[in-house]
Order: sequence, then structure tokens, then C-alpha cells
Amino acid sequence: MASSAYISLNDVVFSRSGRRIFDGVSLDIPKGRITAIMGPSGTGKTTLLRLIGGQLRPDSGQVVVAGREVPKLKRKELYLLREKMGMLFQSGALFTDLSVYENVAFPLRVHTRLPEDMIRDIVLMKLEAVGLRGARKLMPSELSGGMTRRVALARSIALDPELIMYDEPFAGQDPIAMGVLVKLIRDLNSSMGLTSVLVSHDVPESLSICHYACIIADGKVIGEGTPDELRAHPSERVQQFLKGQPDGPVPFHYPNNDAASDFGIRGGGA
Amino acid sequence: MMDRIAALGRTGLDVIASLGRACQFLAGVVGGVPKPSVGFPLLVKQLYAVGVLSLAIVVVSGLFIGMVLGLQGYTILSDFGSEAAIGQMIALTLVRELAPVVAALLFAGRAGSALTAEIGLMKATEQLSSMEMMGVDPLRRVIAPRLWAGFISLPILAMIFAVVGVWGGMLVGVEWLGVYEGSYWGNMQASVDFVDDVLNGLIKSVVFGFVCAWIAVYQGYDCVPTSAGISSATTKTVVYSSLAVLGLDFVLTAVMFGNF
Repeated sequence: MASSAYISLNDVVFSRSGRRIFDGVSLDIPKGRITAIMGPSGTGKTTLLRLIGGQLRPDSGQVVVAGREVPKLKRKELYLLREKMGMLFQSGALFTDLSVYENVAFPLRVHTRLPEDMIRDIVLMKLEAVGLRGARKLMPSELSGGMTRRVALARSIALDPELIMYDEPFAGQDPIAMGVLVKLIRDLNSSMGLTSVLVSHDVPESLSICHYACIIADGKVIGEGTPDELRAHPSERVQQFLKGQPDGPVPFHYPNNDAASDFGIRGGGA
Repeated sequence: MMDRIAALGRTGLDVIASLGRACQFLAGVVGGVPKPSVGFPLLVKQLYAVGVLSLAIVVVSGLFIGMVLGLQGYTILSDFGSEAAIGQMIALTLVRELAPVVAALLFAGRAGSALTAEIGLMKATEQLSSMEMMGVDPLRRVIAPRLWAGFISLPILAMIFAVVGVWGGMLVGVEWLGVYEGSYWGNMQASVDFVDDVLNGLIKSVVFGFVCAWIAVYQGYDCVPTSAGISSATTKTVVYSSLAVLGLDFVLTAVMFGNF
């Protein structure tokens, strides 16, 4: 990796409800780059973002963000660190009782003492960046799915964070909305010098914009590298995921009994 | 048999764990008072949602309960030729018992369930998580104003309930059934003591307000963030609040009026 690591996960173990989600995950996320974290559904990609954001604590191992070990931070220190982070949730997570304008203004009002005219200018600039300056008076219920995510993106960059995390930004989007989001993520990263972590299972879109990618499965990192390195990765598991093959190391069939006994063939009928 | 004992033990442990979480949650909310400049507007907004919007149901219920008390009281007391004591009976019943208890039950059904559903939905739509990730503590920003609004609103609603109930009793007793108006108000004035009756009733409604609001916000915050989870949490709010109010009412009544 060319850039120094902004986030480091060292031998992270995390379990929930008796199920081991991560079993010794180690990963460095470079500063100022877009890193895609990919993997099949249910492998804990969103959980990884919550560990980075300090919403969850690992059972063991280190989660270091901007040189600070997140699980060891006190509540106040954690909230201060989070002011440097932005997160785009899968649902957008806009406050439904606030207009688009007020949603974007929310972090500015809470964390700064800027005068109202300056807040207005910043909000309009952020909305302009996502192409929704004209939608500032709308309520979240009046927005489409793609617009919701763009407003949420404007809100997450309102405080000019150092790190932005995207949780499944492309899920359920039509091709135009997806294209807009891909462009926005790329442009924001280059213009603001952000460190971006993108969690997704949309392989072509993710690989088209990321500088670095890793694939998680069965609680471990099974492959990582630049998009080209991943495409040439020798692991069958990595290739099955990247090419979307229905059968392979991850079997098509859920583990089950012998089909003949289930259908009652040997037993002579049902 | 062993399975049943184990299940009982598990249930007991779950209940204790849940109580522990609720107390920890309460400490977080009470300890995290927002700055007045931020907290006051949020509190006013919640006082409107929780208190003002509950006025209609409280006023209408108070009126009808007062009227029913007037009717039943007159029927019973007139058998003994004591219908003049109807004002005293209505006022003491309302101030000591019915106003705090019924207002709390109505509050749990209208405002408590709404608080739980609102907070539960905010959790399900990741609004609470996004607030946390923005460096804003949802306990201070979302939960605390709602808890304090419930705590402040219920005693006021209970007082309004009692006043409207007394007026409803007068409509039936005096205006309809012909009890002398001077006896109605005079007996009431002579028998209702400010400290023993009014203040004790107020203390009850303060306790009920705190407990109902605590149960409502905790159930919303702790719910499973699915439609079934929110539905279950809303039901639990109404059931637990009602049971807590009725149980606590007995304890408080025994302490206040038991003469032990």
C-alpha cells in the first residue's frame, strides 16, 4: 500500500449472539484513498463499520482510527473522534421530522457556533455538491431512494470529515442513481482528500472506484489488494465472489441430509 | 421438571438483566442533561407532543368519570339521606385516587405508546445510530427531553383531570339531580385537606409520570428494530405502565393513608 494507514484492524475477534462474526481480522485502510470492503451478505461488513465507528466493541484485538484505539476511548473522546467521521447509512437515516435543509444543517448546528447565514451557505454548498440544492425545502418522505442517499451524503460531509464510511450505498438503486452515487463518491474523495471506506457487494461499481479492496468471508479476510490484483487473485473463493458464480467453494445447496432419504426413496415411499 | 426449573431460572435472569439495563439507561439519561439553550426548545416541543396533545382525552375522561361519580354517589348517599355529602365524596375520590391513577393509565395508552413507537422507529430507521455517528448522544438529544416531558406533564394532566371531574360531578349532582350547590362546594371545602389529599395526590402523579415515561422511552430504545419488535415494545409499554401504576398506587396509598 502506498499511503499510510488511517485505520488499522489487528487480529479483531467479534461475536454476537453466540456466533463468531470476525475471527482474527487484520486490515489496514490507507489514508486519502477509497477502500472497498466486499463480501457475501451476512459476513459482517456493516458490523465492521460499526466497530470502526465505536458503536460496537471487539471481543479482542485492536481497532485504531487516526492513531487512536477506538474501544479504549472514553465516551466523550469517542464522540469527539466521531466528529471527524461521516457515515452514509444504507437507509439514509435522515431525520424524518426535519426538512432536507435542516437535516444537512443538523451537525453544523450541534457542533459549531456558526452564524445562521454561514450555516445557510455551507448547507447550500453541500447540497449543490450532491445536486440537490433545489430540493432543500422537501421533507424526507418526499424523496426517492437515490435522493435520500444523496441528502444523507451531503449531511455526512457537512463538517468536512477526514473519514467517510459508506454502508451499501448502491443497494436497491436504479442505474442512473447508481451512476450518480459512483461519481459523487469518486469526486468527493478526490476533491476533499477524504479517506473513504465503502462496504458493498456490488462488485463492478465498487472495483471501478476503489483504490484498494478486500473481501471478507467466514470471519476472515480472504483476499485483498488493488482491483487488478484482486481480479488476478488465485483463490477460487475470491473468483467465485467476483464473478458471481452460483456454485463453487460456497455451495449452491445449504448443508442438508442425503436427498434420497429426504424423498423417501430408500424407505420405499413416504 | 428440571427443564421447567431451568426455564424459570432463565426467565428470572432475563428479568433482572432487563431491570439492570433499564437502570443503567436511566442513569445515562438523567446524568446527560443537555445545555439549557439546546435542551429547552426540545423539551417544549415534547411537552406539546406528550402533554398538550393528551389534554383532549384527559378532559373528556375526567368529565365523564366525574359525572358517573355524581350519579352513583347520589344514588348511594340518598339512601341514607346524605346526598349533601356528594361534593366531598367526588372530590376526595378524584383527588386522592382516580385523577392520578386514571390520568396515568390514559397517559400510558396515548403518550407512552406514542413515545415507544416513535423511538422504536427512529431506531429501526437508523436515525439513532446516525446521530451517534455524528457525535451526538441520542440519550441527551432524543430520550432526555421525552422523559422529562412525561415527568412534567402527568402531574399537570392529573390536576386538570381532577378539576374537570369535580365540575362534571357538579353538573350531575347539582344541575341535574338538585343537590344544594352550597352543600356541594361547602362540604368539599371543609373536608379536602391540601396536604393530606391534594399534595399526596400530586406526589402520586409525579411518581406515576416518572415511571410511565421511563418505561415508554426505555421500551422504545431497547426494542428489536423490526415492525414486530416495535409492536411488542408498544404493547409492553401499556401493560407494564398500567401494572406499575396500579401496584405503586397501592403502595403509595398504604404509606400515605394507611395510618400505620
